[in-house]
Amino acid sequence: MASYNYIAGTHTYQFADLKEVLAKATPARSGDYLAGVAAETYAERMAARMCLAATPLKRFLEELIIPYEADEVTRLIVDTHDKQAFAEISHLTVGDFRDWLLSDIADSATLKRVAAGITPEMAAAVSKIMRNQDLILVAKKCHVITAFRNTIGLPGHISVRLQPNHPTDDMRGIAASMLDGLLYGAGDAVIGINPATDSLPALMDLYYMVDEVINQYEIPTQSCILTHVTNQIQLIERGAPVDLVFQSIAGTEKANKSFGIDIALLKEAQSAALSLNRGTVGNNVMYFETGQGSVLSANANFGVDQQTCEARAYAVARHLSPLLTNTVVGFIGPEYLYDGKQIIRAGLEDHFCGKLLGVPLGCDVCYTNHAEADQDDMDTLMTLLATAGLTFIMGIPGADDIMLNYQTTSFHDALYLRKVLGLKAAPEFEVWLKKMHIMDAQGNVQPITQAHHMLQNMPKHLLNTA
Amino acid sequence: MTKKPNTTTLEHQSTDPWQQLKTFTRARIALGRVGSSLPTSEVLDFGLAHAMARDAVHLALDVDALEADINAQQFSTIKVKSMALDRASYLLRPDWGRRLHEQSLMRLQNLSQTKPIDFLIVVGDGLSSLAVARHVAPLLAEIRKLLPEDWHTGPVVITSQARVAIGDEIGQALNARMVAMLIGERPGLSSPDSLGIYLTFKPKLGLSDADRNCISNVRPEGLQYAAAAKKLVWLAKEAMRLKVTGVALKDESDAQEIGSQASLELPKA
Repeated sequence: MASYNYIAGTHTYQFADLKEVLAKATPARSGDYLAGVAAETYAERMAARMCLAATPLKRFLEELIIPYEADEVTRLIVDTHDKQAFAEISHLTVGDFRDWLLSDIADSATLKRVAAGITPEMAAAVSKIMRNQDLILVAKKCHVITAFRNTIGLPGHISVRLQPNHPTDDMRGIAASMLDGLLYGAGDAVIGINPATDSLPALMDLYYMVDEVINQYEIPTQSCILTHVTNQIQLIERGAPVDLVFQSIAGTEKANKSFGIDIALLKEAQSAALSLNRGTVGNNVMYFETGQGSVLSANANFGVDQQTCEARAYAVARHLSPLLTNTVVGFIGPEYLYDGKQIIRAGLEDHFCGKLLGVPLGCDVCYTNHAEADQDDMDTLMTLLATAGLTFIMGIPGADDIMLNYQTTSFHDALYLRKVLGLKAAPEFEVWLKKMHIMDAQGNVQPITQAHHMLQNMPKHLLNTA
Repeated sequence: MTKKPNTTTLEHQSTDPWQQLKTFTRARIALGRVGSSLPTSEVLDFGLAHAMARDAVHLALDVDALEADINAQQFSTIKVKSMALDRASYLLRPDWGRRLHEQSLMRLQNLSQTKPIDFLIVVGDGLSSLAVARHVAPLLAEIRKLLPEDWHTGPVVITSQARVAIGDEIGQALNARMVAMLIGERPGLSSPDSLGIYLTFKPKLGLSDADRNCISNVRPEGLQYAAAAKKLVWLAKEAMRLKVTGVALKDESDAQEIGSQASLELPKA
């Protein structure tokens, strides 16, 4: 086994293994302290980064941080590693890799070519020695383009998940939030509802409701109901109009088990969704959500830091060619990401790692009321991520999710990003926005008048006021 | 809800002409726009709601005032602390909030019980001191009306810097057959004072959320005190009969009142 140590002055810092180096090199965050894997001093953290920078990328293929025999995510990472793609970077250390990524040699085509040769641990490792601006610059060069009823992830574009949640799944309440979002130009990534219910008949009603609205207005977008994947498979069997299949995923087999899933089940769900053949311009049928800390909260981290665990979740996502993958970065609470600074850093790391691995990463830029964060922090993170080429953000009325009780980003926020950074909606959706006179010929989303077609022809659930 | 200041719509402001849809949801729809940004009144309204939620998390529970309120409902009380001694360590170390401070544990173990406790009530600040200060006393008054007369309740244990599972250790220390933990839930912008109730049969260290029944969103704008008390006592009687709580005990007290049991797993208080 390789030895990992670094001498600073008279002190020698020693690390037992690669897993410890990775954990201790991680920028400080509460979840790694909670797990007992964080560096104990500032100097120890830098010593770990020095060690990490000197570590060859090849080492990550030899020293697995979670054993092959013990974990199917490790097996997936090893078994699908593309040696030919890796050849181009196989001579580099982690420190060299950072330099290479930032260099002009690593252009978009090159990064796309090597993506399958990069393991999540390599991506996590290099992110730990990158500054925020490095994470932004490299992520921006990584283009991950996916499609279902529209095209997501084109350079110069940012999409929005319209999230019209209601605490009791009231159809009128959900339809009202949907209409609100559509009239603000949101909803090109997906119209995705977190249901309160687990009841299959009630979920079926939700599928039909969203599908009817999409059909009524002929919107080039897709729907998703974020219930457990096993519910979605059953609903597909019962004939529900399912566009995207959702599931929360994590970076270890044990954590995924705690979610009631494994990779085979995700494959089964993907096949079921593909069998419906509902996409028009593409066949990316999966929608995943992830987030740093979920593995530790399931007691399934094996001493691995939460950011490396998170990057491993992207290997699972990558395997299933999702339309969208969403890191729900501040949802889990301050014991994992304490404040705005930690949430911002984690959001940038997740986006970088996802994009480098070839995953269409969006971000639920969010926080809970017991975290040391506020809407100013969200403004900072969403602006940084949109600058970095973020695939999509959340759109919730007024940024206040009344069902999940947390704060995220709003329809107004999405318009702010598009205006300040000159970003566009998915092209098919933008054509629709113009056709519906929600967007003018110059590409500005316009205020709506009472005479607007969609207000004169409301979804049927809003007409039934009984 | 707070009243918004009256503002007249100026030329640069745009009101959304679907205000009537606000009757269908408390979501912040039809907010209007200045350019494509939020109008001042909406930014300030959101800021006020966030401030109230932040205060609910960070303002310390007035334990003495709560104790007086509970005593007024004819319950005796005892005050204990968790291993998390301040709010910062409480937020960073959920594991400390689930365990009793050593001195508190000894105090409970030294309490001489004349007869075994059937139904122990523990009150914890959790993530909203506001919820506890507002709702615990009136809820206890409703619970008192419904509890079987032959059930021995023992003292109400008031716990600072508490998470749900600390009720297990308290119940074990007092050798209670069942514990009902009343605790402030994670505050939302529109619900800074939501109280949660967790019922656990045969409490002991090491139980999980699968071993409890939860009643959430107890407050006048959510689940009313009388309805919450009815549900709790129904569950407690069933728990006593079946000798179990958690996933094995289905709440059939009133099928219509299930409402907002979120399927997504939130971090628990």
